[in-house]
Amino acid sequence: MSTVDAPRSPYARTQRSGTNWEKWGWMYMRASGVVLVVLIFGHLFVNMVAGEGVRGIDFAFVAGKWASPFWQVWDLLMLWLALIHGANGMRTIINDYSSSVTLGKVLRGAVFLSAAALIILGTLVIFTFDPCPSVSPEQLGLLPSFCPPQ
Amino acid sequence: MSAVTAPRSEKKPRPGGTLYRGYTGMWSWVLHRITGVAIFFFLLVHILDTALVRVSPEAYNAVIGTYKTPLMGLGEIGLVGAILFHALNGLRIILVDFWSKGVKYQRTMFWVVIGLWVVLMAGFLPRQIANIILEVNGQ
Ligand code: HEM
Repeated sequence: MSTVDAPRSPYARTQRSGTNWEKWGWMYMRASGVVLVVLIFGHLFVNMVAGEGVRGIDFAFVAGKWASPFWQVWDLLMLWLALIHGANGMRTIINDYSSSVTLGKVLRGAVFLSAAALIILGTLVIFTFDPCPSVSPEQLGLLPSFCPPQ
Repeated sequence: MSAVTAPRSEKKPRPGGTLYRGYTGMWSWVLHRITGVAIFFFLLVHILDTALVRVSPEAYNAVIGTYKTPLMGLGEIGLVGAILFHALNGLRIILVDFWSKGVKYQRTMFWVVIGLWVVLMAGFLPRQIANIILEVNGQ
């Protein structure tokens, strides 16, 4: 019985049991990246270049966008894809540099918690947003023009 | 301190034994990493400021107003530049990984990334600089 492979036999990766999460993380970085290019370039063009650019952004501008399901879905996708992509990228970097096991755990925990909290916050904001909230009289002028008179 | 001193050569030593260290492959990776971290931290802040639309129109407008100051205007140029580089170089990484000729053309693709970055920045800068000038003049 031989325990040594024949010379020049092809390299075989040892198969560990279970899901290869690192591989799927790697795939996710690339798949989300392709979608994010479209979402982020569109976001930057509409908010920072078209119309007045950054000077045109105010409550009424955001309300005008989120009055439409199109931009709600756009921003929701961008929120989830970018935060998970960014958090997983940060995890890679922490793994590369953190010298102590405990520090690594703390930093990865902080990245995970902040990303999770902001995904929840952002999702709630998009779904509970009211473009025409009832406001104090001095803020009436800040509402988008399509809001009915209060 | 090591007692052994490395042999000195008259010329500036070139990094040896690799086509990676010190070349476009390495610098694109460094830039990709730095821009990725910067964008991540900005994103955290950006979601918080946008969440103010749920507080009141007044609160949102007050905070977004700080994004319109000249100093922030310059910061936004850096931020957009970082995102555009990360996005374009990200596509380059994907092509290196999945396209059969990707490794062969990785250096060419780096310069394509830089070229596209310049073109896209040229599309963004006029509007942004005009806005900064309007703010400086208090208009
Ligand atoms: C605009 C579209 C984007 C594309 C095409 C893209 C693409 C990529 C790719 C291909 C990687 C490499 C992953 C690997 O080496 O395994 C990566 C890493 C990373 N990305 Fe993105 N990305 C994009 C947007 C973002 C955004 C919005 C963030 C921040 C929230 C971000 C943060 C990161 C970080 C922190 C890394 C890790 C860098 C490293 O390991 O050196 N990226 N990105």
